[in-house]
Amino acid sequence: MNVGLREQITRRPTGAAVALAALLLLLVCAVGAPIVAPYAADALDLAHRRAAPSWSHWFGTDELGRDLLTRVLYGARISLAIGLLSATVSAFIGVVVGATAGYAGRWMDAILMRFTEAMLSVPRLPLLMIAAAVFAPGVPALILLVGVLGWMETARVMRSEVQSLRARDFVSAARAGGATSVRIVLRHILPGVLPSAAVAITLAVGRGILLESAMSFFGVGVQPPTASWGNMLYQAQSTMSSEPWLGVFPGAFIFVTVLCCNIAGNGLSRDRRSAPAARAPSQNMSR
Amino acid sequence: MLRFVVRRAAEAVPLLFVVSLLVFGLIHAVPGGPLSLYLENPNVRPEDIERLRRAMGLDQPLVVQYWSWFTSFVRGDWGYSYADGRAVSTRMIERIPATLQLVGVSTIAAVVVSLLTALLSVRRTHIDHVSSVLAVAGISLPVFWLGLVLQLLFSNWLGWLPSSGRTSFGDGSLSDRALHLVMPAAVLAVAHWAGWMLYLRGSLRAAMATPLPRAARARGIGEVRILLHHALRLSLLPFVTVVLLDASIMASGAVVTESVFAWPGIGSLFTEALAKRDYAVLMAFLMCSSMAVIALSFLADVVVRALDPRTRSLE
Repeated sequence: MNVGLREQITRRPTGAAVALAALLLLLVCAVGAPIVAPYAADALDLAHRRAAPSWSHWFGTDELGRDLLTRVLYGARISLAIGLLSATVSAFIGVVVGATAGYAGRWMDAILMRFTEAMLSVPRLPLLMIAAAVFAPGVPALILLVGVLGWMETARVMRSEVQSLRARDFVSAARAGGATSVRIVLRHILPGVLPSAAVAITLAVGRGILLESAMSFFGVGVQPPTASWGNMLYQAQSTMSSEPWLGVFPGAFIFVTVLCCNIAGNGLSRDRRSAPAARAPSQNMSR
Repeated sequence: MLRFVVRRAAEAVPLLFVVSLLVFGLIHAVPGGPLSLYLENPNVRPEDIERLRRAMGLDQPLVVQYWSWFTSFVRGDWGYSYADGRAVSTRMIERIPATLQLVGVSTIAAVVVSLLTALLSVRRTHIDHVSSVLAVAGISLPVFWLGLVLQLLFSNWLGWLPSSGRTSFGDGSLSDRALHLVMPAAVLAVAHWAGWMLYLRGSLRAAMATPLPRAARARGIGEVRILLHHALRLSLLPFVTVVLLDASIMASGAVVTESVFAWPGIGSLFTEALAKRDYAVLMAFLMCSSMAVIALSFLADVVVRALDPRTRSLE
């Protein structure tokens, strides 16, 4: 029935495992960008400006003669950091809100869920874009912003999982044994919802990357000279017809990374029973 | 039924109130307030800013400001655009037809295609594999990137379709309009198809796993009829709910798609206002789109309630 995370990955070597491996490889390349990248971070090759992809510059060069592959790898650091850390922030808030609502029930549940609903009814991308335009955040603030506006899905999943676990016998047993509510939630309920939380986090990483890139694409996200995949696309869109590689490659990296997150998340959740009400339909966040 | 409608409507009101607080709080959290744009402009004198501040009531306490903004918003007075001085409501209304056209066409296309692909994928394994992979790809696609790549392909290289806008300059013929619509509508439809198809596929499979199809099969009813008359009937209402909710988010214009294709709808009004920090327009946009979501989720609940007797027995 409930198969451990590790078992699931080893037993099913297709799909989710491949996606996780690809994500890991990308993460290693991003962290090791100074070693892996073929050129220095901001090395200019003025003789080969706006060069099409070739053997010396696999992804071509931009208008300053910077190697695009190098920029994509350095951009991966920012984009992945935003995706991973914002997912951590939203997972934390989501678990706290969802577990509180699900365990406490009654008016606490009503208030928290009504608030979650209100947050969900404001279109997320426009809200993020306005907030980013208002606060002009740096990368750390951007992570916080994407995380703080992205916990609602996790909270809903956590709430329904906690609700179903709360009614189980071992919880009654713990309560009969005199355990406090806090202890019951932390020691008895949370370990049971961790697999669902892992799925929610994986999906949130993809969402975060997609949202960051959309914000940066409209010039309100990560600001140059810091490179992220989104702002590389922003800079490339005006020269798309003459130097298409500048837009095609960063966008392809966004696409493949988010795809891997979604495949991994879906693969991890496939074998698990999950309350259908909590499974909000997946949506493309960058419309 | 009436009691349900009234109770559900009463629930929507505090929701709207919380949303309005969120929106107001966000805009007024700007350092320098909504006039911060002028603070950066050396041509605007400090006394002008002070005069504007008084004229717009920004020297009042926040609670007073909130209340006067909220009450006038409810009355339909949404203020004036900082960018061109025209009423925000006028600016938004003139963008509605373009958005409705784009959203309408792409929603219909996405609904039809997701119905077809989801039904087929329940019947045929290889179609299921292909369409599921495509759908997961579809929810992962950065829409702006897809738009740029399609423009490159079909406008710059092949020259088949116009790259942006709603009509060519000086040409308003039907074929010209249709050609302009193809790419943005297709991009939006792909983004929606992906989520809707995955959802419908999931609920169709869940319906096929209930005892109902087996009982029907035992009575000698054909597979196609089971799928259409039994499984689809179970799945259709939740699907309609999802489509309505998604369409409500689109009612605010598909911000990304409209901007990439310079489609003159509400979504691109939003990005124009964002670039100019036109806060009156931005606030009205956020309020309207949130109201659309709340209203359509209310509608979806009522429709499901009216059509599905099972939900009524819970009373």
